[in-house]
Amino acid sequence: MGRNDVTAPGRKNTLTIKTPEGVEFRMLLAGPLTRALAWGIDFLCICAASIILNNVLMLTGIVSRDFFQALYVISFFLFSAGYGITTEWFWRGQTIGKKLFRLRVVDVYGLKLQFSQVLIRNLMRIIDSLPALYLVGGLSCIINRHSQRLGDFAANTAVIRNPKINEPDLDQLLSGKYNSLREYPLLAARLRQRVSPAEAKIALQALVRRNELNPESRVGLFREVASHFHSKVMFPEEATHGITDEQYLRNIVDILYHSKPQTGIQ
Amino acid sequence: MIINLPIFLSEEKKYWSELEAGINALEKSPEKRMTIEQTKQFHYLYRRTSADLAKVRTFASEPDILRYLESLTSRAYCEIHETRKRPHRISPLHWLFVTFPQTVRHYKRTFVLSVLIMVAGFAFGGLAVSFDSEARDAIIPFANLLGDPSDRVKEEESVTDDRLKGIKMRGASFYMTHNTKVAVATMVMGITWGVGTVIMLFYNGAMLGAVTLDYVIAGQSEFLMAWLSPHGVVEIPAILLAGQAGLILAGALIGWGQRISLRQRMRQISNDLLTIIFGVALMLVWAGIIEAFISQYHEPVIPYAFKISFAGIELLLLTLYFLKSGGDHGPK
Repeated sequence: MGRNDVTAPGRKNTLTIKTPEGVEFRMLLAGPLTRALAWGIDFLCICAASIILNNVLMLTGIVSRDFFQALYVISFFLFSAGYGITTEWFWRGQTIGKKLFRLRVVDVYGLKLQFSQVLIRNLMRIIDSLPALYLVGGLSCIINRHSQRLGDFAANTAVIRNPKINEPDLDQLLSGKYNSLREYPLLAARLRQRVSPAEAKIALQALVRRNELNPESRVGLFREVASHFHSKVMFPEEATHGITDEQYLRNIVDILYHSKPQTGIQ
Repeated sequence: MIINLPIFLSEEKKYWSELEAGINALEKSPEKRMTIEQTKQFHYLYRRTSADLAKVRTFASEPDILRYLESLTSRAYCEIHETRKRPHRISPLHWLFVTFPQTVRHYKRTFVLSVLIMVAGFAFGGLAVSFDSEARDAIIPFANLLGDPSDRVKEEESVTDDRLKGIKMRGASFYMTHNTKVAVATMVMGITWGVGTVIMLFYNGAMLGAVTLDYVIAGQSEFLMAWLSPHGVVEIPAILLAGQAGLILAGALIGWGQRISLRQRMRQISNDLLTIIFGVALMLVWAGIIEAFISQYHEPVIPYAFKISFAGIELLLLTLYFLKSGGDHGPK
């Protein structure tokens, strides 16, 4: 059984699970505000569905008004109580609101979400919604170190957030285009020797995220990072003449992540 | 050391793809059983991917690969390390005749405690009404029960036609949904270390005791039996079972004398709570139908003897069901 960081003091914004193999994986926890917004969307969905349900079932009123009213009471009860249970079970921990805000219910041990967990966390809404507007659940979320409301606590679940990360264009980054720095294999080898994985990480991340930066910041950042790598190994001027800081960094990353020239990622 | 990403990817990708295909197949058909060889290969792929994740985290910096490997590792991890029963195809008859009664019997001490709390409430309500007539108004929340019982009986027995024609189904649906909400509330109140569940059970008992004593003192015991018992013999045990579920939840929360952690205790009881609350909901659907279609009719429309006999048969069957059903399948 893996363990998570439940014993760690203080409030966390990640749920860390460590497997018996010693590998850790982290999940970003959703805060009370995002969860409240997702719940607001779900509430609107339930309201819209109840209006549609009412109009559809009204047709049965032609046969019997008593039957229509009974059907409406039961259908509304089942839908309002079953909405969260059904969607979270069939969409692996997501409702419409959670999908929109990229949230997901997960087991706190990283194991499979069981139906009993989905059911318990949804039934517990009776208490979490007391006295109004999920005050108990909201307070519990704020106090609890894993942002769990009482339902999550009883069901051993947590709500995590999967933020959208743009896919990096690695083919472009490490494409095997002509790299003037490779003309100096000894200096390239020295560079690989002197640069730490953390420094290589910074260079790669700067390139991967370049489109997220505004032009001024981008130029400034690449200048700063390039000057750092200049200080590690000084390549002759003819190797760096006429290339931008960004291209210089691209060449550095190519050397660091390609021990031999490649024609592209397979 | 810095990983040579292209070589690393080209060498490892095939293992990740194989693992992903295996996980997808398991997630699609949870009841699927792997052969020993398949299991060994699956475990090998999981360990290899875990090692790759550790490498990528330490020696490289590519968020998408990291995220992909974290996702693969976590999915494979939950397939390998999940020790709870795998979800199987639903078998309603097995659940109804084996799982549900066995689960109730498994926690019989908690059920007895639930009964004792309600009986204490019943005694309190009865005593309060017998000693102080004004207590009735405070305990009984339903306005139609606050008048003189004899007057009500006289009025009910004067009706000779179907007075509930056209509203019976609505009544049944109201009883079902309302009682289910009360039952669920009784269960989930267990999260308050059982205090909420105890209050719910005690208060329901007190209401029942107050009404019962009120009618008995007025000499309307037969009417009371005929009115309450057809649905009450199912509804009251259902509330007691909801109380049992609440007390199980409270027990797991408190964890007296247990060495396992709170989270593990909660994990242990979650399937049992699910079983009990579904069973309770089924019982309340039945009780709601009986309450609307039989209990609310009195003599001369339906003879009391018939109603009381019907309740007796229900009680006998329910008792046999909980005591015997699923007994030949061994302990839970």
